[in-house]
Amino acid sequence: MNSIKTTGAQAVMKSLVAEQVDTIFGYPGGAIMPIYDALYDYVSTINHVLVRHEQGAIHAAQGYARTSKKTGVVFATSGPGATNLITGLADALIDSTPLVCITGQVASHLLGSDAFQETDVVGISMPITKWNCQVTKAEEIPAAIAKAFYIARSGRPGPVLVDITKDAQFGVMEFQYEKRTRIRSYRAKPKISKTNVEAAALLINNAQKPFLLIGQGIMLSNAEKDLLRFVEKSGVPVASTLLGLGAFPNNHPQYVGFLGMHGDYAPNIKTNECDVLIAIGMRFDDRVTGDVSRYAKQAKVVHIDIDASELNKIIHADVAVHADAKEALSILSELVQEKQHTAWLQEFKDAKKVEVETLQVSAKELHSEEIKMDEVIKILSDITNGEAVVVTDVGQHQMMTARYYQYNKTKSNVTSGGLGTMGFALPAAIGAKFGAPEKPVVAIIGDGGFQMTLQELGTILQSKVDVKIIILNNRFLGMVRQWQQMFFEKRYSFTEMISPDFVALAKAYSIEASKFEARTDLKETLVKMLNHKGSYLLEIMVAKEENVFPMIPTGASVSEVRLN
Amino acid sequence: MEKTYTVSVFTENSIGMMNRITIIFTRRHLNIDSITASESEIKGVFRYTIVLRTSREQVDKVVGQLEKLIDVFKAFVHEDSEIVHQEIALYKIRTETLTNGDVEKVIREHHARILTVDPKFMVIEKTGHVEETQLLFENLQPYGVLEFVRSGRVAVTKPMKELSAYLEEL
Ligand SMILES: Cc1ncc(C[n+]2csc(CCOP(=O)(O)OP(=O)(O)O)c2C)c(N)n1
Repeated sequence: MNSIKTTGAQAVMKSLVAEQVDTIFGYPGGAIMPIYDALYDYVSTINHVLVRHEQGAIHAAQGYARTSKKTGVVFATSGPGATNLITGLADALIDSTPLVCITGQVASHLLGSDAFQETDVVGISMPITKWNCQVTKAEEIPAAIAKAFYIARSGRPGPVLVDITKDAQFGVMEFQYEKRTRIRSYRAKPKISKTNVEAAALLINNAQKPFLLIGQGIMLSNAEKDLLRFVEKSGVPVASTLLGLGAFPNNHPQYVGFLGMHGDYAPNIKTNECDVLIAIGMRFDDRVTGDVSRYAKQAKVVHIDIDASELNKIIHADVAVHADAKEALSILSELVQEKQHTAWLQEFKDAKKVEVETLQVSAKELHSEEIKMDEVIKILSDITNGEAVVVTDVGQHQMMTARYYQYNKTKSNVTSGGLGTMGFALPAAIGAKFGAPEKPVVAIIGDGGFQMTLQELGTILQSKVDVKIIILNNRFLGMVRQWQQMFFEKRYSFTEMISPDFVALAKAYSIEASKFEARTDLKETLVKMLNHKGSYLLEIMVAKEENVFPMIPTGASVSEVRLN
Repeated sequence: MEKTYTVSVFTENSIGMMNRITIIFTRRHLNIDSITASESEIKGVFRYTIVLRTSREQVDKVVGQLEKLIDVFKAFVHEDSEIVHQEIALYKIRTETLTNGDVEKVIREHHARILTVDPKFMVIEKTGHVEETQLLFENLQPYGVLEFVRSGRVAVTKPMKELSAYLEEL
């Protein structure tokens, strides 16, 4: 590339263009003003989404990255702008979401002097970024950004932060950009051990009751097709973690459900009955395993992950394969024998029947006139054919959606899994729409979580984003209330929520809205919402004290999953 | 079972590296007994030597987390039997105590050496394992030790595979 004299701020923009960035979520301020000034020359080619709070910017970037195959980009100013990113950084790290966050910083001669809006954002964000750095010279900007993009999306993806001092943004330099494809101390893609894959195949081929658990790693490595081939050839039943939902079509006959604390009955109990447990692109989170000392003890475990530190971290693996899921699956598919595990699959279906029947009985015991969350989700799933992008917040509605939405398409599930960040859904849905503009995006949010980031309605107004928002209003911080009911003798300590008139609130932002209280025409209402041109907020009053079941209480084993 | 482990971490020489490394121990509530850093036999590659008491399982997981850091080339964990290690200690005592013949005997017996002698104070140096430098401290104490300081552990490994061989694999 020819070198041209530019300012550091212009170099930021040119570097982003070189990385094919077309969307930025951000919020301006003093220390990042030169970059915003440079951005002004790109308004016709780069879409900058002005959010209402930096937390909104980073969650939106997460939503964008999760529905597209791109890296989310965030701009924020120094001090409070940067600290407002912290929750999102932690969320993106634990959920392996590729982000590049660019923060402004005070001029380098002021560093360490407690200058106005100076924060040690590099220090603060060290444990919650995959990598971060501070740039104090204009000429270092392109290399830092190139490194940032490479690190963010290679290997196990994650958030990266580049802090740029104001003098570096003003400084003049010769612009030259070279994409990074290697860092000598970092190996993005492990060398796969053929012997280990062969050992895995041998275990699978000899198994009577093999069981496959998949996580988000499948989607991060674009291994959906390879997965399908492996599953259909080997005949294994497949269950998914929360973040893995969508990686395998939920309407497939070999799909047996959602794992974990509020997961399905069958995959939880069968974990302790299978003879070979295969885990790909998942990390045995405690919400999946319950008590690890009583987790799959009878089974030989095959664990495939791109992050070596996940192998043998929680669950001992008899065969640990340090590899990219796509590569491992394509080799494994060759090595496994063609099989059907009809009787074994039937066991899952029988267990499923037990679950459905028991839950039906409990539903009847609840006040029948009240709408239940699962009814809403089932209808939504039906009318969207399980093909919408569904963004959820954190709580009961999140678990209900994971349980009852049939995710048939990849990259269609956006939720805060590892961190469980309330307030995630509304901004993430905005970003998700930018990431997948051709798909309908539906955000499902609790009355509590909605009020954590509702200011982003302003972003929807200004950027004219088409997102459908469903508030499942149970007038409680439902998930916490459920625990209070079950484990704290119904002492509902500060979990009742008084909410504003959400419909009026939406209308104040020129967003079409309605409130739904009687069951009669739920389906029509949802269809109307989906067909509405532009964004729509639908508040649905649901049962106040519905509980999410099945449930594995903390400290219990997966085989002790409770149905009521 | 808890044991003493020595972790050697090879890194780029980047700002904040020490911080990135110690955060990993802090998060797991592990106390570092000693930490030292210097450039290794390869120019530009730094070597951190960290000593801690913990279980094998914990230390292996820590090594996994350390290797995840972008600027870390490789991290190794060793038991005491697998390394040759050393520490240095300095002891400042009053010069006048030297007239007491016993101090000379103590220095001699411990194979320590006198670094410098000032009219008022003198500095004794001893290298060795913690137990050895500690014993000298205890034996000098009756004569009054004005200052005592001990470095962190430095260690080289007994196995012959060199870091450069690992680096080539990368
Ligand atoms: C930022 C944040 N604060 C607190 C919590 C703890 N928490 C988890 S679920 C929950 C209740 C959520 O209530 P609501 O948004 O109304 O959803 P519901 O469970 O009723 O569906 C709370 C408070 C959290 N996950 N995130």
